[in-house]
Amino acid sequence: MEKWPDNKAWLLVLPVFVIVAFSAIIPLLTVINYSVQDIFGPGQSVFVGVDWFREMLQDYRLREALWRQFLFSGLVLIIEIPLGVLIALAMPKRGWKASAALVTLALPLLIPWNTIGTIWIIFTRPDIGLLGAVINNLLGIPFDHTASPLDAWITVMLMEVWHWTPLVALLAYSGLRAIPEAYYQAARIDGASAWSTFLYVQLPKMRGVLTIAFLLRFMDSFLIYAEPFVLTGGGPGNSTTFLSLYLVKIALLQFDLGPGAAFSLIYFIIVLLFSFIFYQALQRVGKGETV
Amino acid sequence: MKVRKRSIALGIYYFLLLLPIYWMLNMSLRTNASILATFSLFPTDFTLENYIKIFTDASWYMGYVNAIIYVGMNTVISLTVALPAAYAFSRYQFVGDKQMFFWLLTNRMAPAAVFALPFFQLYSSVGLLDTHIAVALAHCLFNVPLSVWILEGFMSGVPREIDETAFIDGYSLPRFFITIFIPLIKAGVGVTAFFCFMFSWVELLLARTLTVTNAKPISAIMTRTISATGLDYGLLAAAGILTILPGALVIWFVRNYMAKGFALGRV
Amino acid sequence: MARIELSKIAHSYHPNPAEPADYALKRIHTVWKDGGAYALLGPSGCGKTTLLNIISGLVTPSRGQVLYDDRDVTPLPPEKRNIAQVFQFPVLYDTMSVYNNLAFPLRNRKMSDARIKERVLEVADSLDLTPFLNKKAAGLAADAKQKISLGRGLVRSDVAAILFDEPLTVIDPQMKWELRRKLKEIHEQLKLTFIYVTHDQTEALTFADQVAVMFEGEIVQLGSPQDLFENPEHRFVGYFIGSPGMNFLKCTIEGASAHIDGAGCIELAPEIAEKGRKADGKLEIGIRPMYLKIHTRWTKGMLKAGVKGVEDLGSYRIVTLDVAGRTLKAMLSESEAVPEGTVGVSFPRQWIRLFEDGWLIK
Repeated sequence: MEKWPDNKAWLLVLPVFVIVAFSAIIPLLTVINYSVQDIFGPGQSVFVGVDWFREMLQDYRLREALWRQFLFSGLVLIIEIPLGVLIALAMPKRGWKASAALVTLALPLLIPWNTIGTIWIIFTRPDIGLLGAVINNLLGIPFDHTASPLDAWITVMLMEVWHWTPLVALLAYSGLRAIPEAYYQAARIDGASAWSTFLYVQLPKMRGVLTIAFLLRFMDSFLIYAEPFVLTGGGPGNSTTFLSLYLVKIALLQFDLGPGAAFSLIYFIIVLLFSFIFYQALQRVGKGETV
Repeated sequence: MKVRKRSIALGIYYFLLLLPIYWMLNMSLRTNASILATFSLFPTDFTLENYIKIFTDASWYMGYVNAIIYVGMNTVISLTVALPAAYAFSRYQFVGDKQMFFWLLTNRMAPAAVFALPFFQLYSSVGLLDTHIAVALAHCLFNVPLSVWILEGFMSGVPREIDETAFIDGYSLPRFFITIFIPLIKAGVGVTAFFCFMFSWVELLLARTLTVTNAKPISAIMTRTISATGLDYGLLAAAGILTILPGALVIWFVRNYMAKGFALGRV
Repeated sequence: MARIELSKIAHSYHPNPAEPADYALKRIHTVWKDGGAYALLGPSGCGKTTLLNIISGLVTPSRGQVLYDDRDVTPLPPEKRNIAQVFQFPVLYDTMSVYNNLAFPLRNRKMSDARIKERVLEVADSLDLTPFLNKKAAGLAADAKQKISLGRGLVRSDVAAILFDEPLTVIDPQMKWELRRKLKEIHEQLKLTFIYVTHDQTEALTFADQVAVMFEGEIVQLGSPQDLFENPEHRFVGYFIGSPGMNFLKCTIEGASAHIDGAGCIELAPEIAEKGRKADGKLEIGIRPMYLKIHTRWTKGMLKAGVKGVEDLGSYRIVTLDVAGRTLKAMLSESEAVPEGTVGVSFPRQWIRLFEDGWLIK
């Protein structure tokens, strides 16, 4: 479908541009401005060039947080994408059961992020939490996310998977529902097994929604802040201090504006870069010419 | 046989999904003393005390009111500006259209933490700090691009012959858009409103940074309670349960469109 | 290859069907001969796709049996029935090449690679798909895609029948004709049983040797295109086949003629009038527009009619006539004069058909 060429369409886009630019460009410029200055107080600052960037890139805590972040996002994608697809495959296809399944599934997505943290604090406490009590008392394994880094990681991962797998499942489900019945019928007539049907019919047809799921989950897990902030506060030690938590620590709590701003920009560029690479790669997977 | 195994697995998943929420509900119906004293799978000494406290104490219930106000404002603003823009992207070719679309989407990738401080300064410099509109505008950063994205998907599904016929019949663009086009994509508008509601409702960092008392949302009040008293789990749980309700209500209304809204995004 | 017999089939999508209206298929009892080219013709919602899915095994009928060469296959799923189906929209495995698409049904049946290659190349050749074998199926035009769907059926040498569910819906008009010819060619070459579902009578009549006309869940007639045209067994067939459809007039039989209320009498063949007198249902006479004769002057034995309009369709004209408040359509060739005003209409005896409660009196 050829679109109508008309530059007056800009008038329709203008409000969006103004409102997003107000919230995006001005703060971004502020951040860039800060990142090249040393600020002592209101009106007192010195231009320092790329010093802050150099300092931040050499900051070993930032590098640690970055590796932690990659490990976290990697685990998130490895667990949530397949699990979400499995759930979508098992969900009822029509009738009231399908509606009920969808509504229940979406429930964790609508809970404010810090409430999520609160839920899991309560749920995993050894004394009053169901999960904590079951692991500690019933199974007899000492489990405390405030003391052991491993336990903290397990808890944060559990929370993350619990919170966000439904999004992947919803996307995969909508992708599956969009496949016309004839494809399944043809696969049956061709004698395809359930596995071949999944591989050659369902998976290719879900490519679009799974690309969205992959990108959204990558971006949002890479930017995660509120849930671990409430649940572990980044601890014990720095074991769950992800990039956002470390950034807030520097920029807001220690009030180091320059380094904080430089950090922000590095962070932003990493997310952009990876999202772009993933996007390109996923597009190519679907469009390879010969088999 | 295979189908049975599948539904059992799904049943287990749903059980695990609901368990943490159930546990919070359980806590919310007990007093703090009872929670700390005995471990119980059911609310043994059933009480509505926690809920009553939230509904009678203005510093608590105003948190919900504030959140609902800015979420509502954000949804209205996002839809109002996104509808014409999505129409432009789905129908017209213009200089910089692709770049503009991509730039919009990149804003969804910006860490909220990146913008927290500049936002604080920006809104204090224009005197909007601690107002509902400040939070609503800040949330537009990620909700407007998302709305444009979803609506564009729905609009591209409407054949352009409809527009052409209406223009030939003498409709002006605004009149056509409001009286014919929007009713055609009302499912899409519903889904978009749902997403705006959802992302604005669950966001905390910006909302907390931009508010002090007047517009402080419930989610921020809850964090304050943890650090201050840190102990009243019953009250905290009740507040948490109440933050789930609006979302659950909204989702019930759009349940039939939800699956569709996800599938139509363009990638 | 097989003879397909449908024995007392009925199907309902309701869990507890009570009245006839609950049934998508009421009672289907028919035989499709081995190697025949059949069409299932009917308006949307008449149950033709349901019937097709029952033959292929995608739907299990509520009642009755499906027999392939006298073997009862009713409970068998489609993959066990040696059947192939081409759907309304091209159904392909998007990620596979054309070659792999064609090989897919054979690989699922664990055939050796060498044998698969042989079959695929053979089929690709007869469908003119050879140049595309290494291309991705997703990038091809709609008609090539439909040929691949057909090819996935043809590669299986054991296939009993190929079912087509309105396969030309998404094909460009000029390619439609091309593809239909290809289908006929393949049919003559391989002598497979083809069953072709469509709502387009031209498609059905040009493709098939035998056409089954369906109406409200029943096959009202199975016959050659000529039969359907000349001897429609049900008024629906008369109305649905031909353009415009058959004319019908309510009548009573008096002696040897049909009396049309308020319009006059039409003489019938004596044996038809005889049968008509014995019938106690609602009677109608039917005649094809092309057999009606228009006379400028009314004489005895004709009906008086007013000309309401004339449509010129190039090689012929369609005249709309008013006979005492009822509408008749007549077809005139180019050479005949265009009538005006009040005219007489005569009904050649050999083309008059008499219907009782919608069914032809033979």
